[in-house]
Formats: sequence, C-alpha cells, structure tokens
Amino acid sequence: MPIIEVNELSKIFGPEPRRAIARLDEGWSKEKLAAELGLTVGVNRATFAIESGEIFVIMGLSGSGKSTLVRLLNRLIEPTGGELRFGGEDVLAMNAKQLRRFRRARIGMVFQKFALFPHRTVLQNVEYGLEIQGVERVERRSRALEALELVGLKGWEHHLPAALSGGMQQRVGLARGLANDPDVLLMDEAFSALDPLIRKDMQDELLALQQKMKKTIVFITHDLDEALRIGDRIALMKDGSIVQVGTPEEILMQPANRYVERFVEDVDLSRVLTAAHAMLRPETVTSDRGPRVALELMRERGISSLYVVDKQKKLLGVVTAEQAAAAIRSGAALEAVMHRNPPQVEPDAVLSELFEPLSHSSVPIAVVDPDKRLLGILVRGAVLAALAGSEPRDGAGAMPETDSAPEGDIGTDAPEQPAHLAQESARPSAGEADAIHEEERRS
Amino acid sequence: MNLPKLPLDRWVERAEDWLGYSFAPLFDAIRTVIGELVSALEFVLREPAPWILIVLLAALAWLVAGWRIGVFALIGLLLIDNLGYWDHAMQTLALVLTAALLSIVLGVPLGILCARSAGLRSAITPVLDFMQTMPAFVYLLPAISFFSLGVVPGVIASVIFAIPPTIRLTNLGIRQVPEELVEAADAFGSTPGQKLYKLQLPLALPTIMAGINQTIMLSLSMVVIASMIGAQGVGADVYRAVTQTRTGVGFEAGIAIVILAILLDRVTQRLVRSAKST
Repeated sequence: MPIIEVNELSKIFGPEPRRAIARLDEGWSKEKLAAELGLTVGVNRATFAIESGEIFVIMGLSGSGKSTLVRLLNRLIEPTGGELRFGGEDVLAMNAKQLRRFRRARIGMVFQKFALFPHRTVLQNVEYGLEIQGVERVERRSRALEALELVGLKGWEHHLPAALSGGMQQRVGLARGLANDPDVLLMDEAFSALDPLIRKDMQDELLALQQKMKKTIVFITHDLDEALRIGDRIALMKDGSIVQVGTPEEILMQPANRYVERFVEDVDLSRVLTAAHAMLRPETVTSDRGPRVALELMRERGISSLYVVDKQKKLLGVVTAEQAAAAIRSGAALEAVMHRNPPQVEPDAVLSELFEPLSHSSVPIAVVDPDKRLLGILVRGAVLAALAGSEPRDGAGAMPETDSAPEGDIGTDAPEQPAHLAQESARPSAGEADAIHEEERRS
Repeated sequence: MNLPKLPLDRWVERAEDWLGYSFAPLFDAIRTVIGELVSALEFVLREPAPWILIVLLAALAWLVAGWRIGVFALIGLLLIDNLGYWDHAMQTLALVLTAALLSIVLGVPLGILCARSAGLRSAITPVLDFMQTMPAFVYLLPAISFFSLGVVPGVIASVIFAIPPTIRLTNLGIRQVPEELVEAADAFGSTPGQKLYKLQLPLALPTIMAGINQTIMLSLSMVVIASMIGAQGVGADVYRAVTQTRTGVGFEAGIAIVILAILLDRVTQRLVRSAKST
C-alpha cells in the first residue's frame, strides 16, 4: 500500500479560493482563472501515490508549483481541496494537535536554504524535533549524535551553524530531519543551494542513506539531472499540474507530451539508462553439457562465446569457441577450460559507467543479479542502439501506467529484441579473436 | 462662516472625570503597587552607605560593559556623591528603573501580540504615535487627577512616554525572524509557545534589547518633567534651579543626570551586543 496518497489535491491562492475548484473541473485554464476571478493556481488537482521506501522526485521549473505541492503534504500550506492520506490516515481531517503529532513523528523536512536555527549549536539544531516532543535530554542527545554521525558530522556538534560550509549545513539539516526517525522525509530543493561537486556528493550520500534506512523520500528539484540521478520515480510538474509520473526511463523514453519531450531532449541518456535497459537475452549452456555441445551451439548461432550457467541460471563462467575446441581435443570438461570470472555488472549500473569495460572486453558483459543469476548480456551494438533511442519514443499516447510498473521492468522487455542482433555484434572479427587469444595467454 | 467651536476640551475633561470616578479602586491599586515598587527600589539604593553602592555599581558596570565603563562609573558616582546629589540621584534612578521595568513588563508582551496579529498591530500603531508625539506635559494632567501628586504619576507619565520603542522593536524583532526558520519550526511540530520561546524570542533578543535601551533613555529624559508634579530626585533639583535661575546648581544636577544616562546607556547597549553575539 502506498504511504502517501494524493488525490485531486489543489491549492488556489486568492479570495474565496474554493470556487476555483469547480471551474478547474469545468476546464478553465490557469490564465482564465487569474483574469476573471483573480485567483492564482498553485497546485492543480495533483493525483499520485508514493510507495513506502522509494525516492519520489517532484520536478518542475520555478513557478511550477512543486514547492507548494510539497508543503501541502505536511500542511505547511493548507490545501484548498482534494484528498491527502498518509498511511491510510486522512491528513486533512487532523486538528491542530493531531497535525503537530503527525509532523513530529511521521514526516520530517529538509529545506533549500537549510533553515538552521542560528542561535543553536549543531547538536541543538538536530535535537530540536525531539526536544519539542519532550524527549528526555540524555536520550535526545544520543539520538541527535547518532543522526550527526550518520551524515558524517561527528565532532562538529558544538559549533554554531554559521561556522559550517553550505554542504555541512545541509548535512545538519538532513540530520535534523532524520533525528525524529520519521517515515517520510520531505526535501525541498535540498541540494539546490550547494555547488555542483558537493551537490553530487550529497546525492550519493542520500542514496546510500536511503539504502541503509529505507526512508520514503519526497525530493523536490528543478534539476532534471538530479531527478534522474536519485529518483526511483519522477513526477513532472508544469503550471501547477502534474504532467507525467514515471520512472526515469519512462520519462525519457515515453514522454507523455511535447512539454516533457522538450524537457528531456538534452538529457545524457548514458547517465540514466541502465544495463537492464540495454541488455539482451544471453545464449547459455549449462555446466553439465560437454564442450561438444557448447561448440555446436556456438556454430549454430554463429557466435564465438557462450555463458556457462548452472541449473539455477547462476553464472559460472564464459567459454569461447577456442576453449571449447581445446577441451574437445584434451577431453576436459567445460568447467575446466572456461573463463571463470567474466566481466559482469548489476542491472542498475548506468550505461555511462559501462563504456570503459565494454571497450576492453572481448566477450559480452554479463548482467547478473545480486545472487549471481545471469539476467542478460551487454554488447556494444545494443548499448549504442539504446543510447540512440531505438526504442519507440512516440510519446503521443496517454500517460503510461506508471503505478503498475515494478522496478526493473524496463529491462525485461529488452531481451525480447531479436537475439540474432546481439549475437551478430557478439561475433568477433578475426582481429578480436586474436585479441581473445592474446588475453588468454596473458592470464 | 462661523461654526461653533467643538467642545473637545470639555469632552476630554468629562471623560477624565468619568474614568477617575468609575475606576477609582483600580487607580488606587495601581498607585499602591507602583508606589511600593519605587520605595522598595529607593530603599535598596539609599539604605547602604554610598561608597558601598558605588563600588558595587562600578563592579557591575565593569562586569557587564568592561573596565572603561567600570572606571567611568566609579569616578562618575563618586562625583555625584561629592557634589551632594547622591540621595536625589538614587531617587531618580529608582523612578527610572521602575518606569523601565513596567515598560518592559507591559511592552514586550504587547510587542509579541502585535507581531502575531496584524489587526492589533494596526490598532496599536496610531496609539503609539500619539503617545510619542503628544507633548508630555499634557498627559501629566490626567495622571495627576488619577494618581494625585508625587512619584507615581511621574512613573506613569514616564511609562507612557517611554514604552513605545519596546513595543515597536519587540514586534519588529519577532517579525524579522526569517520566514523559513518559522516554517522549519512548524514543520517539526512546534506549538506556538515553543516557537516563541525557542526560536522567535532568542532571535529577536538583540532588537528587543535595543528597544529597552531606548525606553530607559526616554524615561530618564522624563525625570525633569516628572519633578514638576512632585517626583523627587535630581530632576527636581534641575527644575528648582531653573525656577530660581541658579545656573551653577542647575549644571551640577544636570551633570548627575548625564552621568546616570551614560551609565544606563552603555550598560544596556552592551547587553544588546552580547545578546547579538550569542
């Protein structure tokens, strides 16, 4: 069940804002509302659901309503209409006291300009959320110190925020948000005020933290690269409306409309698309088969190497035609001659990291899951094809059904591409075959 | 055209009579409280031998504002004693401190309320303007009729004249707390009280202290006027010197006021600065 459910949530600014909702339903534009009723649409009937444990990025240019939207989620801004449920609970029905309890225990926030309390030390800032809940001094100290250690600021607890650099200040902000151990962390352009290098570090650390703590994170940004880098799913906003919700791949490969298309057209796909996206179905042979079978398979398919797996599809090694032939001559088993540690990557490795290994490897790179099961193989041609956007990028259709698409789903349809294409490019030229020999002699 | 004159004077007087009559018990209570407060302070300031107090005050000034002000306090207070104005100066100090204390006790909460409510703010601002621009002599008169002669109407008049900066600057200080910090406090689930005590007041403190400094200086500037309605102290000495055209006496008493003023100003300013640096 999603942890946050948002249904037709709207924020209209101006006198008697409620009357605008019906108008919006009638199809009035933002401009018409402003001109005829003097009302400003902040968020226009946003509907989405955030799954527990995901990083959900809300992206849009300035003025698109994303900062308003995130403040609707903890009611720092009171919604004009719609529904908001948190863990099934109706947030909009809460009274002031319930709302305070909700904010204290369940939903933390990190701010663009850090918003640290300048008169309090780093430690006092981090323990603020616990302090106002009446958590006892000793306990809140230790929990605050824990949070500080988590963000790498141990030893800084007695400094004032002003003594820290921007990146460190935002770590304090992050620690403050985490100290309460909330279910959801709202991050409003949390890294936008940092310079690019520090920003990238912080993104990496956030990803690492999230891996460790499994928090649900709602991350607001105007930066597409940032969104694609850290988002499990992205909601793209324009003029207060959500234009598309989807995984980074979906946003890139199936833009819902011209706006999204234009937004993403300059993206460096190699930093977004993953191994899972470009991999092909592997040709394999199980280890109990002899070298003759392997060689026959290769001849049949016109390829020069085969992946050797066990019955559970676990990757054991790779065998080349030459190795198979040698094994037939010497009567050895496949496992004795194969290359035991073939190049391999996990399915979520981005393609930009694969250029280097791809250019050096003479056999296709194996894509394996954490249990070493072979999911697919990567060959140069297919990677280039993926980067060239060979998948249909029509985008003319309706919004993709993002909610139902489990992660990694993208990868599963890649192997359905004709396998011969892969094997074609996998077939080494004479020169490459020599290179294989070369490599084998060296190893 | 010959319009009849508005009987504004008679209206005011009638209102004064009505107030004095209807709220007599209240005014009596106020007079008792303020009177007691001033006498208690006077007792503390006048009972010990002057040199003990001089040393104590100089040490306090040193502690708060550094050795220069400490030395200045020592010399200045010794001079006051030497000139024979010690008792009167302490009476004046008691009056000023009482007025300042009342201004703070009333002004800071009022300033906080103003910061919270735009309605109250717009209601109170013209009143504050009125209080500061109306010649001080004018509200001495109703003060006398409500509280009779003596130090109490002097304190009341001083409070009326001196309280606006405390209210204004408390309001300003709280509203100057950056919006994003208030938002952060809200986002973590602070109650309004927690927000006030843990965030707004600490951050507004330097500004509030600046207001209090001004309030003290303004109430000191009221001592001569207050002496016209029977408040004792160096103010009364100045007033007498003026009525008798005795320049020398007037100068001596004036010097005593200046020394008190400088001391109060430097010490409270230093408090502003130390509030700022924390």
